Amino acid sequence: MTTHTTDRMISRGLASLRQPAPAGLLGAVLGRLGLDDAYVRVEGPIGPLFVAFGRQGISLIERARDAGDFEHTFQAMFGRPVRRVDRAPEVIERVIDARLWGGRTHSGPVPVDLHELPDFEQQVLRKVLEIPRGEVRPYAWVAAEVGRPLAVRAVGNAVARNPIPFVIPCHRVVRSDGRIGNYGAGGPTAKRAVLEAEGMDTSEMERLPAAGVRFLGSDTTRIYCYPSCRNARRISSAHRVPLRSADDARRAGFRACRVCRPVDAPFRAA
Amino acid sequence: MEQGIAGELCARMAADLDAAFPDLVVQHQHLVFRVALRVVGDSASAEDVAQEVFVRAYRTLARYPAERVRVLRLRPWLGRMTLNLARNAIRGWRATTDIGALAHHPQAPDDNPLQLVTRDDERRMWARLLAGLPQRYRLAVALRHVDGLSYAELAETLGRPLGSVKSDVHRGTALLRAAYDAEQRALARQEAV
Repeated sequence: MTTHTTDRMISRGLASLRQPAPAGLLGAVLGRLGLDDAYVRVEGPIGPLFVAFGRQGISLIERARDAGDFEHTFQAMFGRPVRRVDRAPEVIERVIDARLWGGRTHSGPVPVDLHELPDFEQQVLRKVLEIPRGEVRPYAWVAAEVGRPLAVRAVGNAVARNPIPFVIPCHRVVRSDGRIGNYGAGGPTAKRAVLEAEGMDTSEMERLPAAGVRFLGSDTTRIYCYPSCRNARRISSAHRVPLRSADDARRAGFRACRVCRPVDAPFRAA
Repeated sequence: MEQGIAGELCARMAADLDAAFPDLVVQHQHLVFRVALRVVGDSASAEDVAQEVFVRAYRTLARYPAERVRVLRLRPWLGRMTLNLARNAIRGWRATTDIGALAHHPQAPDDNPLQLVTRDDERRMWARLLAGLPQRYRLAVALRHVDGLSYAELAETLGRPLGSVKSDVHRGTALLRAAYDAEQRALARQEAV
């Protein structure tokens, strides 16, 4: 056998001894450094949820079914393991209580970890985070608020991919034409149930737009709002003026509410 | 390309260590584990050493100023740290090279049993030949040919001049070749009998 052939045999033979690092190494290291992600099972408005969190905040929420599936999804999304724990840190518990159950308001920014998402999706989801409990906003409102008024469909896609439902209230984003719209965490029925659990009257919510009413104005303040805006709900029936569009409202001498900042949808549903 | 990826990782670690650190582990765990395994000889101890390396690496990186993190050459830096910690780990007890452990691999499910036996036998042979090398050459040959470190990385990991590392690898490989040839001749003789 020639030296050359032998050398090839040797390098092939030695390379066959190459061993990969054990699968658990990453998890063990992150665990020792306190950098690992963990998850808890908590009660949610329409059934139990798995809530995963790391140092940067809550990173993934799904309706609790199979723990193995959830861990697998997490690993696929973030490239690192997640481990089940009995209790979340206090700050996470407070946020869950405030966002899911309207408990004590959590002060300061909500710790959600969105840094793996594209910028546009982050902007959309942070905007959705601002929609108050008990109120809804159309997709077109989110689009206008993030400075992309025509990107209604892109907003819809970003909201549909929300990795942190319930805490980031994508269920409070509805269609401009009054239909409830789709929902990633269980379809329209689940969306309706979550809104009802927050005290929304969803049939009332759908009734106004079905009759062509998008906004409500007050004939004393001459201000118009989205119907679920807390300011709209304070208008007594004697002073409530139904309005078909922001254009109509302006023509009739109303100005937009500074709290809910109502906008027309860019392509108004026929 | 290696440089580009490593440079990008360093920049991310300088900006946000906690967010980028898992990638450091993912990209370098095989290197660290293999260098450790070369020195300590068994998988369980090698894993302990590898954990310790990354934990210390994290603490060191957290202490370093950002401009220093940005220019780190990660592979040699981790390689050297691994070698030192692995040598500390075996201080006091003799490193025994477990040939069986070195040759053992989880198998792909579609391997047929006959191939399995052959491959395992071959690995056993190579592990035995490697273990038979003098200590001075064994680590250099293994890191170069088993673990795939470049000569430059090898020199930095071992903290020795490039020329001396190259010559160790060449001499070690020559000894290995001689041992392999001797083994083949012995086998041929057995078959002839």
